[in-house]
Amino acid sequence: MAEQIPLVDYLVLGDEPHLVANQCTGCGARFFDRRNACASCGKTEFTKVGIDTTGEVRAFTIVSFAAPGVPVPYVAAMVDCGGTSVRGNLINVAPDPEHVSLGMKVRLATEVIGTDEQGTEAIGFGFEPVGG
Amino acid sequence: MASDDLWILGIHMTKFGKHPDEDLVDLASEAVQGALADGGVTMADMGVIGAGNLMMAQAGIGQQVQKQLGQTGVPVYNVSNACATGATALRVACMAVKSGEADMGLAFGVEKLSGAGLLAGGSRKEESPTWTPSGRYGAVAPIDGRIGTEIMPGVFAQIGMEYGHRYGGTSFELFARISEKNHSHSTLNPKAAYSKKMSLEQIMGDIMIAYPNTRPMCSANCDGAAAAVVVSGAKLKTLSLEQQKRAVKIAASVLTTDPWEESCQILPDVNTLTRNAAIQAYEQAGIGPSDLDLVELHDCFATAELVHYDNLMLCETGGAVDFFNSGATWRDGSMPVNVSGGLESKGHPIGATGIANVWEVATHLRGEAGDRQIVGAKVGLAHVIGLGSACGVHILEKAA
Ligand SMILES: [Zn+2]
Repeated sequence: MAEQIPLVDYLVLGDEPHLVANQCTGCGARFFDRRNACASCGKTEFTKVGIDTTGEVRAFTIVSFAAPGVPVPYVAAMVDCGGTSVRGNLINVAPDPEHVSLGMKVRLATEVIGTDEQGTEAIGFGFEPVGG
Repeated sequence: MASDDLWILGIHMTKFGKHPDEDLVDLASEAVQGALADGGVTMADMGVIGAGNLMMAQAGIGQQVQKQLGQTGVPVYNVSNACATGATALRVACMAVKSGEADMGLAFGVEKLSGAGLLAGGSRKEESPTWTPSGRYGAVAPIDGRIGTEIMPGVFAQIGMEYGHRYGGTSFELFARISEKNHSHSTLNPKAAYSKKMSLEQIMGDIMIAYPNTRPMCSANCDGAAAAVVVSGAKLKTLSLEQQKRAVKIAASVLTTDPWEESCQILPDVNTLTRNAAIQAYEQAGIGPSDLDLVELHDCFATAELVHYDNLMLCETGGAVDFFNSGATWRDGSMPVNVSGGLESKGHPIGATGIANVWEVATHLRGEAGDRQIVGAKVGLAHVIGLGSACGVHILEKAA
């Protein structure tokens, strides 16, 4: 099997792919990016926490017109994963308003983004309908 | 008038639209000269200048305009604050006058955006030959379009959809009807970039940009400028009766940023900072939302207008859909919103927008809005949001 690398460092690959967040030890606020401090309380200590891999679509849009080179249409969404909001595309679903809806139940899924010169695959993530 | 009140002495906006033969300095100069003439003052009277421009923010537009209109040596604050840039320039003048550092200040905002296309969202260039993590997410490839969207029509689409998820009642058609209202309003505004009425069918059938926002439901990129002269109550008392009569009181001037909320770094939260600004502004002005005769709010997309009915407390919490469906926000309704045509038709030359909407409100309060005059308007509110985020709210009152 080809070597794999996650699209972003907060995606953990392996048998059970999932996202991890930096959780503030002071107030519990969660962040996906590299942190200088907590935007909520200012503390500088964080622990890594795993994020639920299932959730509910709180908002979405179907992008039909994007920057050059970005394939359209795609569905961009905000998913509530057990109380933590996550940004991601809805994948493995037709990108139209008949197949995507607010409140839809989804789960994390991975997909190959591309392969580099060394043969390493970059793996991205999205959310797919549960039972769809 | 109390000595520490703030007043708009003069204000002007250029026609919004395509100005291929005028550069930024030309457009800004037209707005500034218009505002000075309107107030019966000159550059020599200005003690401070707040200059707003976003796309050429490093160019020092304030000094460039001084070099055309008057190098008086007063301090210039060149500001850039996304779509709240104009409101921020106005805040600079207000703060300087309020503090007593100047008794008159100039604020202007200018932008040239005709033909600019989509703003934000990363182009997808050649990818590197080996995956190399970089940036705050350790990303090995561009994430716009792979992990959600960064384009504005898509971000604001989700903001409207989230409101729908929380309270129900939204649909593609509902959002399109908001756009239908603003395009209808624009037919009475000779300064609007686009002033064609559009039917609901035309709006829904137009090019989809980011569902549910079609092209006419997005703010129109265009060129334009606006400028205002701010004066203290103490100074205004020394000016002519005619100047005093046409002066418009700045009953509230507020700028906020987005406080931390759980999801705010996932989908920008344009709600909390707008509500905070509105609360502060109503308190400063000593009025409530029901006292407003007209509102110009930041309809950068049709999906955004809906949520700001709620954020500005024009309706009950969660009641924006019913409020719109009642007809309240049409120009003949109980709370006319965006009678200028809004950003969807009047246009959105970013740096100018936060002063142009103040011009619109002031012009109604002076009774000088011509065919689109809201009769008897005494109090109005102007609101802008810059994503990132910054929110400006100004409440204006007709001179007693
Ligand atoms: Zn914290």
